[in-house]
Amino acid sequence: MDSVIKIIPLNYYLMLSAAIFCIGIVGVLTRRNAIIIFMSVELMLNAVNLLLAAFSSYSGDANGQVFVFFIMAVAAAEVAVGLAIIVMMYRNTGSVDIDLLNKLKN
Amino acid sequence: MIQLVWLIPLLPLIGFTINGLLNKKMPKAFAGILASSMLAAAFGIAFKIFLEIKDLPGMIPTVKLFDFIHVGSLDIPFSFLVDPLSILMVMIITGVGFLIHVYSMGYMHDDEGFVRFFAYLNLFIFFMLLLVLGSNYVIMFIGWEGVGLCSYLLIGFWFKNQDYNDAAKKAFIMNRVGDLGFLLAISLIFVTFGSVEFTDVFSKAATLEIGIPVVTVITMLLFVGAMGKSAQLPLFTWLPDAMAGPTPVSALIHAATMVTAGIYMIARSNILYTLSPVTSSIVAMVGIATAIFAATIGLAQNDIKKVLAYSTVSQLGYMFLALGVGAYTGALFHVMTHAFFKALLFLGAGSVIHGMGGEQDLRKMGGLRKALPITFYTFAIGTVAIAGIPPLSGFFSKDEILAHAFAASPLFWALGVIGALMTAFYMFRLFFLTFFGEFRGTNAQEHHLHESPTSMTLPLIVLAVLSVVAGYANFPEIFGGKHYLQTYLAPVFAASVAKAPAQHLSHQTELMLMAVSVVCVLVSILVAYNTYISKKVVPEAEEANLSPLHKLIYNKYYVDEMYDALIVKPLYALSRVGHQFIEIGLIDNIVNSLGKIALFKGRIFNKLQTGHTTFYLFIMVLGIISILAYSLIVKL
Repeated sequence: MDSVIKIIPLNYYLMLSAAIFCIGIVGVLTRRNAIIIFMSVELMLNAVNLLLAAFSSYSGDANGQVFVFFIMAVAAAEVAVGLAIIVMMYRNTGSVDIDLLNKLKN
Repeated sequence: MIQLVWLIPLLPLIGFTINGLLNKKMPKAFAGILASSMLAAAFGIAFKIFLEIKDLPGMIPTVKLFDFIHVGSLDIPFSFLVDPLSILMVMIITGVGFLIHVYSMGYMHDDEGFVRFFAYLNLFIFFMLLLVLGSNYVIMFIGWEGVGLCSYLLIGFWFKNQDYNDAAKKAFIMNRVGDLGFLLAISLIFVTFGSVEFTDVFSKAATLEIGIPVVTVITMLLFVGAMGKSAQLPLFTWLPDAMAGPTPVSALIHAATMVTAGIYMIARSNILYTLSPVTSSIVAMVGIATAIFAATIGLAQNDIKKVLAYSTVSQLGYMFLALGVGAYTGALFHVMTHAFFKALLFLGAGSVIHGMGGEQDLRKMGGLRKALPITFYTFAIGTVAIAGIPPLSGFFSKDEILAHAFAASPLFWALGVIGALMTAFYMFRLFFLTFFGEFRGTNAQEHHLHESPTSMTLPLIVLAVLSVVAGYANFPEIFGGKHYLQTYLAPVFAASVAKAPAQHLSHQTELMLMAVSVVCVLVSILVAYNTYISKKVVPEAEEANLSPLHKLIYNKYYVDEMYDALIVKPLYALSRVGHQFIEIGLIDNIVNSLGKIALFKGRIFNKLQTGHTTFYLFIMVLGIISILAYSLIVKL
């Protein structure tokens, strides 16, 4: 597998994951739909995963890939919690617009 | 048996715990029997110990239970001192206490707080025993505070009545004034002698010279404590008000036992008082002043319990007179006889009140001797005993005090005889008004009249017998007596006697003094007889015009009003000033402005909280970027 990853130079991975990460950030910041924000967060996480996998195979150290799995597990847990929150939010407000969640203000 | 002395206070404590915890769930009949049997057992043990130590002169065993406080050089064991003095007091407390417990079973029978009452009584006995048995001033102080607490609880026993609550608070607060003196004295004793243990302190004190200033200060402070607890001038006004409590409480706490704690404490510290003649003479003067002062008030009171209360204050004054002139045995002799006849009188008064359905006003009584024969006869014995007519006990103890007072100063003796004369007058006034003449109450009361149940009359009879025979405990030499009590107590006062040998009067003088006082008392009784039986004088109604002197006495010299004007009102005024300026003006302002500052700052930063999730996320990203940028710049 290492060789497959190494076909593409490391710089490309860096640029790609930076791009995906930025797309994720912009998505989180600009969208009001909670599900889209959620997907953007997933994008950011996967950008990091990609980078970790690339670095780990380029440096010949499997630890990085262990971390990828770790992040995946945490992300799965996060999805469960996050989706539950969104479902509850929809039930209460009839919408998934996060700007409706400002009840604590005043 | 001496090693088992800890059982004596433990038994009432067990009784208190059971009755106090179970309270409403406790069957009434069992609660009273339990409480009384605890005291009977304690008395049995005390008597056994008494038989043991009376043949062991000079030996003072201390029974140590555990270390109570052990810090640096301060070492206070929780231990009991078993000597003739403490055992004498223990026997009086448990013996009279037992009789009063039995009496209470009848007297309090219909009260809803029956079990609570016995729990309090047992707790009181526990603390009182701790007070007299403790082998150092700290244990004594624990008992001292404890009896004060029980006194408060029992005066305010019928707590639904606000007047009774006020009386309870008055007693507690006045006692606190005295307690402060006692507490200071304990500290000073520790600083001076390096210990608070009786044996250490007294053996060190025995080597000192007479008239050292620090000892005078210690004894004065101790005396302030005694003044509070034993109701002496100027701290006596709580005792008459304490009559708000149930009558057995008045008999047990406010006549026979607790109020004699001050006398016990001074008798215990006798060597310190011998070392300080100044304090001793102050004690004697305060004592005789109180004796006269209270006796005059007693002359004009119309409440049966109030008369007895002032009589108690007056008799306590005699005991302090005895202590002041160095007649320690005489003081304890009077403590003992007084415990018997005053408990008898109070219980008799209780029986009268019980028969009258709660009426305490002498003006509404009269002619009760037919309806309450046992109460009448026992009360008569008590009255004769307190008046000091031979051969009843009061005569011997009072005479011993007066004889010693004469040796110290004839003036003390003369004042003492005047006091005795007034005592005889007000007691017989009370007696005649209650039991002789026509009945002056309502018809309903007349129908209600009945002799008390056996549980009440039996203690009366026992106490009456004791009031008659107790005088023989210290029968004077001139009548061929042996002075048993004096011999018995001799080890306790040995050091004092060595420092200041007692002056002895010649037998002729003593006989003459006795004759004078007996004649005075008899004349006084005749006057009372003439006034209240022959002329059938009944005290005037409250609104009637009294002569100025009578009015002054009737209103108790306006002492309460004076204290109210001099201490209570200024204190209230001070509190109001404190409330207005310090509490509201200063403290509240500081606290409120702190709150206002926090609120103000909150308003400023409040603007950051827009409530838009996107905005928060934006700030978060901005934050992360700036942290990264910062670390990048620093690295470069």
